[in-house]
Amino acid sequence: MKFTEPAGPNAIDNQTIISRPVSRIDGRLKTSGGAKYGYEQLGPNTGAAYGYVVGAGIAKGKIRSLESSAARAAPGVLAVVTAENAGKLGKGKYNFAPLLAGPEVHHYHQAVALVVADTFEAARSAATLLRIEYAAEKGEFDLQAARARGDGQPAPIEQDPADTSVGDFDGAFAKASIKLDETYSTPDQSHAMMEPHASIAAWDGDQLTLWTSAQMVDWHRSDLAKTLGIEKEKIRLISPFIGGGFGGKLFLRADAVLAALGSRKARRPVKVALPRPLVFNNTTHRPATIQRIRIGAELDGKIVAIAHDSWSGNLDGGPPEGAVAATRLLYAGANRQTATRLAKIDLPEGHSMRAPGEAPGLMALEVAMDEMAEKLKLDPVEFRMMNDTQVDPEKPERKFSLRNLRACLQLGAERFGWSRRPMTPASLREGRLYIGYGMAAAFRNNIAMKSDARVRLGRDGRIVVETDMTDIGTGSYTIIAQTAAETMGVPLSSIDVRLGSSDYPVSCGSGGQFGAVNSTSGVFAACMKLREDIARKLGLPFDSKFEGGRVASGEWRIPVGEAAANGDLVAEDGVEYGDLDKRYQESTFGAHFCEVTVDADTAEMRVRRMLAVCAAGRILNPKTARSQVIGAMTMGVGAALMEELTVDKRAGCFINHDLAAYEVPVNADIPHQDVIFLDELDPIASPMKAKGVAELGLCGVAAAVANAVYNAVGVRVRDYPITLDKLLEKMPIRA
Amino acid sequence: MRAFKYSRAASLKDAAARLAETPNAKLIAGGTNLLDLMKLQIETPEALIDVNGLPLDQIEVTQEGGLRVGALVRNTDLAADVRVRRDYPVLSRAILAGASQQLRNRATTAGNLLQRTRCPYFYDTDQPCNKRKPGSGCSAIGGYSRGLAVIGASESCIATYPGDMAVALRVLDATVQISDADGETRDLALADFHRLPGDAPQVENDLEKGEIITSVTLPKPVASRQIYRKIRDRASYAFALVSVAAVIGKDFARFAIGGVAPKPWRSETAERELPQQGVARFSQALFADATPTRENRFKIVLAERVLQSTWTENRG
Repeated sequence: MKFTEPAGPNAIDNQTIISRPVSRIDGRLKTSGGAKYGYEQLGPNTGAAYGYVVGAGIAKGKIRSLESSAARAAPGVLAVVTAENAGKLGKGKYNFAPLLAGPEVHHYHQAVALVVADTFEAARSAATLLRIEYAAEKGEFDLQAARARGDGQPAPIEQDPADTSVGDFDGAFAKASIKLDETYSTPDQSHAMMEPHASIAAWDGDQLTLWTSAQMVDWHRSDLAKTLGIEKEKIRLISPFIGGGFGGKLFLRADAVLAALGSRKARRPVKVALPRPLVFNNTTHRPATIQRIRIGAELDGKIVAIAHDSWSGNLDGGPPEGAVAATRLLYAGANRQTATRLAKIDLPEGHSMRAPGEAPGLMALEVAMDEMAEKLKLDPVEFRMMNDTQVDPEKPERKFSLRNLRACLQLGAERFGWSRRPMTPASLREGRLYIGYGMAAAFRNNIAMKSDARVRLGRDGRIVVETDMTDIGTGSYTIIAQTAAETMGVPLSSIDVRLGSSDYPVSCGSGGQFGAVNSTSGVFAACMKLREDIARKLGLPFDSKFEGGRVASGEWRIPVGEAAANGDLVAEDGVEYGDLDKRYQESTFGAHFCEVTVDADTAEMRVRRMLAVCAAGRILNPKTARSQVIGAMTMGVGAALMEELTVDKRAGCFINHDLAAYEVPVNADIPHQDVIFLDELDPIASPMKAKGVAELGLCGVAAAVANAVYNAVGVRVRDYPITLDKLLEKMPIRA
Repeated sequence: MRAFKYSRAASLKDAAARLAETPNAKLIAGGTNLLDLMKLQIETPEALIDVNGLPLDQIEVTQEGGLRVGALVRNTDLAADVRVRRDYPVLSRAILAGASQQLRNRATTAGNLLQRTRCPYFYDTDQPCNKRKPGSGCSAIGGYSRGLAVIGASESCIATYPGDMAVALRVLDATVQISDADGETRDLALADFHRLPGDAPQVENDLEKGEIITSVTLPKPVASRQIYRKIRDRASYAFALVSVAAVIGKDFARFAIGGVAPKPWRSETAERELPQQGVARFSQALFADATPTRENRFKIVLAERVLQSTWTENRG
């Protein structure tokens, strides 16, 4: 299906199954332990061996020697894989540091060896017997220092330019009545998903089967083939369930490559899971940013000038954090500019983490907006509404496909009781606790991606959907089943969904809040094709109705399964997009509100309640969508108040590399969350008239929390995370 | 984790004898800290002697009217004990402020006293650490030190003792009962149990080879208000930045501070002068010898604030 013009009325509009709060069809499997994740596909007594990954103990330099004889001689050891004996390895399209280092070391805990043994314990024990000597070299680990030196290059944000400029920012800013010029910083962050990166590799001759935990089946498969120097077709890659990814499993990682190499050497299937302390430095992370924002406005509250410069660092070949992306689109203002600078930093690979770009960008922009509203003596909600725009502010000829930011702000303010907020900072106390309210706008782009699927109708009327789409905990199995059931007019229980295998047509995969909208659009396309095939087979017109498990036309009511009486009917199709996303700006919008308490003595901050209002086109399943958004809101609280990979600038590593030291919110931190979805359809965005929604739930949350902390105690912290030590000595004097 | 020999102790005497005669042996009870450290190759015992079967899991009233808590009493049971909740509520509160329900179900009284630091450099075997590898240097000095000690540290180590329970035991004037292979026993004030690092940070307590903790004794309860306040970055399941255990009576006040030193920090001398001198002076006296880093200096301010509010809200 080519999607080149806005969607007209279609089968999805019935909304008898889609858009209903259906519980996950795989929920029972997951809660009963029946869902087998990649690493569980081969259990005990299947002949599988275990690999233990050893990470580099330096950040930059060379391996001078790697002595493995003691490890090889240890009980149970089957093989030791190093760069020296691994053979020539290529590099995947999406990797920029090799996944097996040697002799060159590019970052801390980059894999330098895999020890394979017949038990996990034997492998781990033998791994400590490796004697590795390094020649360490000096690296650059300090983004602030690099920025101070001006040591960075303009770097494009994927397809978009590094810098943009419209009108005369400098002139307009100089003349503006009210100005803000502040710098904000966000730290390096880790995905900290529950399931670490894990794979099992098994060779059969030159055929490789890899069970893994991947968000993008086809990317992993292609990059594994490239890395191993084999044909992609020789690899079967299966990623049935994923215990969280948040972008950390978008790309091939060391677990997969080393499992394949270990299995080749040990001549047995090999299981490799990254030990938790290795995950933080061995894999990717969200890079730190330093962002300068300047806003100029007139006394009426209209923004006349806005500029956003962002710095981040990465290894050679790595992308910048696109923190200015949202600023290009969120608010009006005739004179504007953005700049993205990338410094060479020798920390581990920086890459996508949930809502890359927008999430850290709004952590700065939406605090700047709060500061600006205060300078203008305006309600922050009103200030945002005054500067709303229905067109791309950099290219006013481009309209948004659908933009209901105002409605989100208005509804949110009303439902949250925004009018009851303390009008001046540090003015509301309950006993020992200061109370503060904060809000922020939410913004995240919609991403259109090609996505294919295959549907198969059996004689019994059951329909099997096959696509390499993944379910990273989001509910893909469920919304795909809902889409197929709705389109085919059959009950949900007649649909079997098979995901996460390279045996199936290539989908969009999961990431960037592009998974739900594109994968269901692809399934919808394949189902529409199957409907044609069924009608043809039954001799009925193409516009026959599919409902109640029957195909209906005129007097005819034929059970859908009859079309497959002489054999399964199989249809394969997908969604492919034209230039609608060029002609229109497709984005999602929302508003976050929160109430915090700050202890007057200790400056301990706790969130009391949160509300998100989201406008993201058709919501395919309000229950799974809500779960996505409340999870994202929780992540936003972490970003605001605790999450930080701390850089040891001498060792060149993130030193708090376990889940005791890298804190994320626990249940006790999140007492109450509400989510409201605006009832809207976006026919320009996709045939489903839906857009992504998950990451919208994160964008702006941390700023809303930061603004609430300011409202509570009158202390503005521009350096995330906002921990109590940054407030303590600036707290209001207790009356 | 290195391969190790495992055996079960038949009696206290048997456990002490094996501990004394086996090179590089360790006792295991709850294992909530030891097993993690073994997996990370930070602890590398050659033998584990399992003491879980020993009859040290009772809480009994002493002749003096106090409580004797067996070494193997689980944290959950100790915190839930009616006598503890009535007479020593600070202990109950401190325990419940730590770890998670699952860990407390497993963790023991003696094991909790022996838990090791959470300094991030102690956990990274690629980094120097005098506590883990004596003589290799202290990476925390000049490194990431936000959670580390502001007082009682040395040039060789600035790690903190991470626990909550011991802070309450310190303010309650608890004593530790210790037994050795010859059946000799001794009593040690909790105040003297943990050692400051000096130039041997790997030695964290006063136990000699072959010695085993058999119980912890609480003196007769005193009429008082008891408070435990734990300050941390998230609401649960985090180690204290600063914690304060307080026992405030009609004419006395005792405070022990956690999260600031290699052991629960307390000054009886300063406490005696508190009513006359006030909290600000008390706090100054308590931290008179502090050597904070730029990153953890806030702990002294924080401790003073908590002391101030605890004192103001609960005195007389």
